[in-house]
Amino acid sequence: MGMYVAFLAVAGLIVLAFLGVQAAGLHFLFGALIPYIAFFLFVIGFAYRVFLWGTSAVPFRIPTTAGQMQSFPWVKSNKFDNPSNGFGVVIRMALEVLLFRSLFRNTKSEIHDGRLIHGSDKWLWLFGLMFHYSFLIIFIRHFRLFLENVPGFILIIESLDGFFQAGVPFVYLTDLMLVAAATFLFARRVLLPQIRYISMAADYFPLFLILGIAISGILMRYFIRVDITGAKQVIIGLVSFQPAPSAEVGVIFYIHLFLVSTLLAYFPFSKLMHFGGVFLSPTRNLANNSRMVRHVNPWNPDVHVHTYAEYEDEFRDKMKKVGIPVEKE
Amino acid sequence: MYNGGKIILGLIVFIGLMAAPFIFGLGKGNAKPNPSIDTPAIKAMEKKQCVEAKAVMKTEHMKMLNDWRDSVVRDGKRLYVATDGKKYDMSLQNTCMKCHSNKAQFCDKCHIYVGAKPYCWDCHIAPKEGA
Repeated sequence: MGMYVAFLAVAGLIVLAFLGVQAAGLHFLFGALIPYIAFFLFVIGFAYRVFLWGTSAVPFRIPTTAGQMQSFPWVKSNKFDNPSNGFGVVIRMALEVLLFRSLFRNTKSEIHDGRLIHGSDKWLWLFGLMFHYSFLIIFIRHFRLFLENVPGFILIIESLDGFFQAGVPFVYLTDLMLVAAATFLFARRVLLPQIRYISMAADYFPLFLILGIAISGILMRYFIRVDITGAKQVIIGLVSFQPAPSAEVGVIFYIHLFLVSTLLAYFPFSKLMHFGGVFLSPTRNLANNSRMVRHVNPWNPDVHVHTYAEYEDEFRDKMKKVGIPVEKE
Repeated sequence: MYNGGKIILGLIVFIGLMAAPFIFGLGKGNAKPNPSIDTPAIKAMEKKQCVEAKAVMKTEHMKMLNDWRDSVVRDGKRLYVATDGKKYDMSLQNTCMKCHSNKAQFCDKCHIYVGAKPYCWDCHIAPKEGA
């Protein structure tokens, strides 16, 4: 059900952009206003979300322990999977953010010959990594259209991405990998009954949206080509605050732009915030030093305690009178 | 806020990165690359018309050159019949560059602007200009 809702939503967005630009000629709306609003929502929404998370209380250390904790010097500890200091945390976070360390530990349980077998399952990790890195490279590559003078490193990334020089313009490896990986992520939600059961519209929508963005981009580059110089001019117009969306650039460009705008505007309200959230996960970014440092909850109420020593001081005479033993005579 | 300093620093870096294209774009005009067709061969033409219509050439020239190369190098066929029925010799150096003899003022203008690096001149001899 959720899948169909999400699919119809993305299809509707594409139709909306097509009709809006092609039939109604609303180039300024789709080529300037909506992108500006979407970008504003993205940056402010993202920052606000992270700020809200930042204000949550983190009084205690709650890291997930994925290795031997540091204790006695003769017990070998795992410095990165169960870090006890800041340096270990930095390494752990780097492994998590850059290499998806915790997903690498993904396991799968199956019944073979009547026995329950637990095994490693790296496919999600592999395609997840492929998806995110392809997306990152595609994102960086796009800056050739956002900066008037294209920096050399972007050209290097681009030439590596088109390394095989197949077709004209060169086919980017990341284009293929992004579509392949997103298709995998989608297929797994449809084909695995357990995953399908827990998948909702909010899981399918970003996948369809990103697939839509990728496919519209691929169409624009290889099949329904647009005048790239004109496209860059529209984009430079946006970043220099002199928007001049041109009707000469094909409608596929505006569909692509509208889908990207939707992604940006949707981002802060969605699961995609794991981009910011991964850095603020207390189960990853805290050092496991609970046995070395005493963490006191700062909002503990000031409880008045009556210790045994005080009690005895108060009642010593009476206790002696009835023959109850006391610690201090 | 716990670890407020680090979170705020992270947010500043994020916003800075997001704003970077706008900061670079600020105050710059939206200058359009203006490929020049001011060459003697084009000046001498009565009707200034490329192999195909201008809009088609804008978006399809790379594909056309690629098809031409395949046709010439692999099949040895050099005859190109344009949509308007005119016949052309499929040749970058003898057909395209005959009119567009100003590579730096024509090809490079847009290619540099959008960061495209076509590999034409890996094999072909780039025209000497400024002579």
